[in-house]
Amino acid sequence: MKPRQKRLALVAAGLALLALAAWLISSAFQKNLVFSVTPTEVLASADRARNLRMGGLVEKGSLRRDGNGDGVTVDFIITDLKQRVPVRYSGILPDLFKEGKGAVVQGKLGADGVFIATEVLAKHDENYMPPDAARALKEAAEAKGKQ
Amino acid sequence: MIPELGSFALMLAFCVALLQGVVPLFASLRGSAANAGAARWMAVARPAAYAQALLVTFAFTCLVQAFVANDFTVLYVAAHSNTLLPLHYRISAVWGGHEGSLLLWIQILVLWTAAVAALSKQLPAEVVARVLGVMGLISVGFLAFILWTSNPFERLLPGSVEGQDLNPLLQDIGMIAHPPLLYMGYVGFSVAFAFAIAALIGGQLDAAWARWSRPWTLVAWTFMTLGIFLGSFWAYYELGWGGWWFWDAVENASFMPWLVGTALIHSLSVTEKRGSFKNWTVLLAIMAFALSLLGTFLVRSGVLTSVHAFATDPKRGLFVLVFLALVVGSSLLLYAWRAPQVGLGGRFAMFSRESLLLVNNVLLLAAAGTVLLGTLYPLFLDALGMGKISVGPPYFETVFVPLMAPMLLLLAAGPFLRWKQAGFKDVRSLRWVGVAAVLLAIAAGVAVGISPLLLMGLTLAAWILIGSVWHLLQRLRVFEDNRTRLDHRLSMLPGSYWGMLIAHAGIGVFVIGVTLAKGREISHDVPMRSGDIHHVSGYDFRFVGLQNVEGPNYSAVRGTFDVTRDGKHIVTLLPEKRQFASGGMPMTEAAIDRGPTRDLYLALGEEIKPGNWIVRIQHKPFVAWIWAGALLIASGGLLAALDKRYRLKKGKA
Repeated sequence: MKPRQKRLALVAAGLALLALAAWLISSAFQKNLVFSVTPTEVLASADRARNLRMGGLVEKGSLRRDGNGDGVTVDFIITDLKQRVPVRYSGILPDLFKEGKGAVVQGKLGADGVFIATEVLAKHDENYMPPDAARALKEAAEAKGKQ
Repeated sequence: MIPELGSFALMLAFCVALLQGVVPLFASLRGSAANAGAARWMAVARPAAYAQALLVTFAFTCLVQAFVANDFTVLYVAAHSNTLLPLHYRISAVWGGHEGSLLLWIQILVLWTAAVAALSKQLPAEVVARVLGVMGLISVGFLAFILWTSNPFERLLPGSVEGQDLNPLLQDIGMIAHPPLLYMGYVGFSVAFAFAIAALIGGQLDAAWARWSRPWTLVAWTFMTLGIFLGSFWAYYELGWGGWWFWDAVENASFMPWLVGTALIHSLSVTEKRGSFKNWTVLLAIMAFALSLLGTFLVRSGVLTSVHAFATDPKRGLFVLVFLALVVGSSLLLYAWRAPQVGLGGRFAMFSRESLLLVNNVLLLAAAGTVLLGTLYPLFLDALGMGKISVGPPYFETVFVPLMAPMLLLLAAGPFLRWKQAGFKDVRSLRWVGVAAVLLAIAAGVAVGISPLLLMGLTLAAWILIGSVWHLLQRLRVFEDNRTRLDHRLSMLPGSYWGMLIAHAGIGVFVIGVTLAKGREISHDVPMRSGDIHHVSGYDFRFVGLQNVEGPNYSAVRGTFDVTRDGKHIVTLLPEKRQFASGGMPMTEAAIDRGPTRDLYLALGEEIKPGNWIVRIQHKPFVAWIWAGALLIASGGLLAALDKRYRLKKGKA
C-alpha cells in the first residue's frame, strides 16, 4: 500500500471503531435509562416492562413484614397523597426508612398492580427528603390545588 | 480573634495570588530572561508563591485551632463538630463540610505551587514565571470563591453551646485521609495544566518539557489513585452493605479525571521519548484539569445529593460553573490558537508502540466520555425541565467491559513493541504467553466455576501478569546473557520501567479481584435470632447473642456471631448498629473477616421483632486483590515519578 492509502485505511478503521463505540454506548444508554415517576404517573402509564424509579411517602401504618413467609419480604404503600401504589421488596430496608417519611423505590410494576422493588432508597439524613419523593408530593399537591 | 486573623490571612493571600498570577505572566510575554527588566518582574513569581503558601497555611491552622478548641462561635465549627467528638475526628472535621473542604483544596494548591517554585531551579525563567502565574490565577479563582461565597470563618453570634456533630458516616479513619489524598490528585493536575498552558504560550514543546511535567503528573496521578482507592475501601466497610463501587455520580466525578490522567501519563511518555503526540498531550493535560474542576463542581455544588454534597446555595454552584467555563474556555481558545505552532511531532508506523499507546488513549477517552455521558445527561435533562431520569450501574457495566477488554489485551503487548516501527518478531514470543494465560484461566475457572465473563476476566488478567513477567525476563536477557551478573542487570533497570511493570501487574491483580468478587459473591439476607445457624459457602454463622455497648458519642447494639468451618472455629464477628447521640441517624457498622482469598462480611440489617434481626451475610471472594491491585497501581506511579532521570541538573534537560 502507498502511504496515502495506508493513512486512509487507518482513518477509516478509526472511524469504524468510533462508530462502533458510539453505537454500543447509545444502545446501552437507551436500555438502562430509568425514569423517575410519581405514584400518579405510575398508575397512569401502561408500560409495565420498563424499570421505574418512584418517589413518595411511605404511608403510615402500611408497612407489613413477612408477607411471603421468608422473613425478609416487606410490603408497604408509596403515596403522593393522591394515589397509592403497593410495593413489595425483599431484603434489608435502609436505616432511614420510616413510615410517614420520604422514600424512593426502583423496580417494575407487576401485572397485579404491585410494584416489585429491587432497590429502596431513603433520605440521607434527618432533614433531607429525596428529590424524587419531594417532586412527587409537590406535583400531586399542585394537581389537587387545581381541582 | 483567631478566626478573624484567618479571614484576614485569606484576603492577603488573595492579593498575593493576584500579584503572582498577573505580574510574572505579563512580564514573560513582554520580554525574555535576557531582558533585565522583564526578568526582575518574572522573579516575583517565586516569593509570591511562598508568601501565598504561608498565608493560606496560617488560615488553615486557624480553622484547625477553632475545631480543636471547640469554638462554636464559628458557624462552620458549630455545624460540623461536637465536644463529644474525639480529637482526630475534630481535626478531620475541618474538611467535613463545604467551606473547610474548599480551604483544603486551596491549601493543597498553594503547597503544590510552593513545591513547583522550590523544585524548578533548572527550568528557564519564562517557563517558571508562566507555570507559577497560571497556578496563581487558579488560586485567585478559588480564593475569591471562598472569600465571597463560603467563608469558613463566618461567626455565629451568639455562639452555640454545643455543635451539631460531624456526619457519622465521616467519623472514620478512612475519611480522614480520603479527601486530602483525592485533592492532592485533583489539584496536582493543575501543575500539568499550568505546564501545558506555559507551553502553549511559549509555542514550544519539546522532550525537555515532557520531562519536566512527567514526574509532577505521575505524583498527582498516584495521589488520585490512592484517593479513589481509599474512598472505595471506605464505602466497602462503612456504608455497610459490601459494595465497593456504585457508579455513583460522585465516584464518577473522580474517576473521569483519573481516566484522562491515565491517558495523559501514557501520552507524556510518548512526547518525552519520541517527541510525538505533542499537542495531543497538551489537550489531555487541559482535559484532565478541566475534569478535576468539573469533579469539584459536581461534588461540591449540591447538584448531586449524597454524603459529599454539602452546599445547596445556588450562588456557589453558579460561581464554580462560571469559573469552570472561564478556565476551560480560555485554555481551549489558547489551544486552538497556539496548538498548530506546537505541532504533533514525530511520525510513526501503523505497527509501533506509539500506535498502541494511541489506541490506549482513545479507549481511555472513550471510557471517560461514557462516564461523562452517564453522569451529566440526567443532570442536563433535569436542568432543562425535561424529566428526571437516572442511569444505573448496568449502563456503565455494559459499556465498560467491551471498552476495557481490548485495552487489557493491548496492555500486555504494548511494552514489547518497538518505538516508531515495530516488527512481528517483537511479539512472536507472546503467543506462548497467550496460550499459558488461557490454560491458567481455564484451570482457575474449573476450580471456581466457569462462566464466559469469568473466563475472559481471568484470561486477560493472566495474560497481563505473565506478559509483564515475560517482559522483565526479556529485558534482563536472562536466557541469553550469562556474562554479566544478574543482580547488576537488575539494578540497571530505571525506576520508570519498574513503575510501568508494577502498575501493569497491579491492573492484572485488580482484574482478578473484580472478576471473582463480582462473579462469585454470595449474599444472603436472613432473619435470625440468637441460637440460629446459617450456612454460606461452607461456613456456619451462629448468632450467639446481642448486647448494648457505649461508644464515645454513640450507643450501639452489638451482635456476636461465631463462624466455624467443618466444626473448626474461624472467627467471631461483632457487627453493630449505632445510634449517635447528636442526631437520630442510625448507622450500620459491618463486621468483616478479611482474608487473602475471601472476605466474610456480616451486617445487622433491621430488627423485625424483638431479638429477631435480618442479617446480611456475604461471602466475597478475592476482594483483597482489588485493594492490592489498586495499591500496586499507585506504587507503580510513585516508582515512575522517582526515576533518577527526572532529577537531572541544569543543562542536561
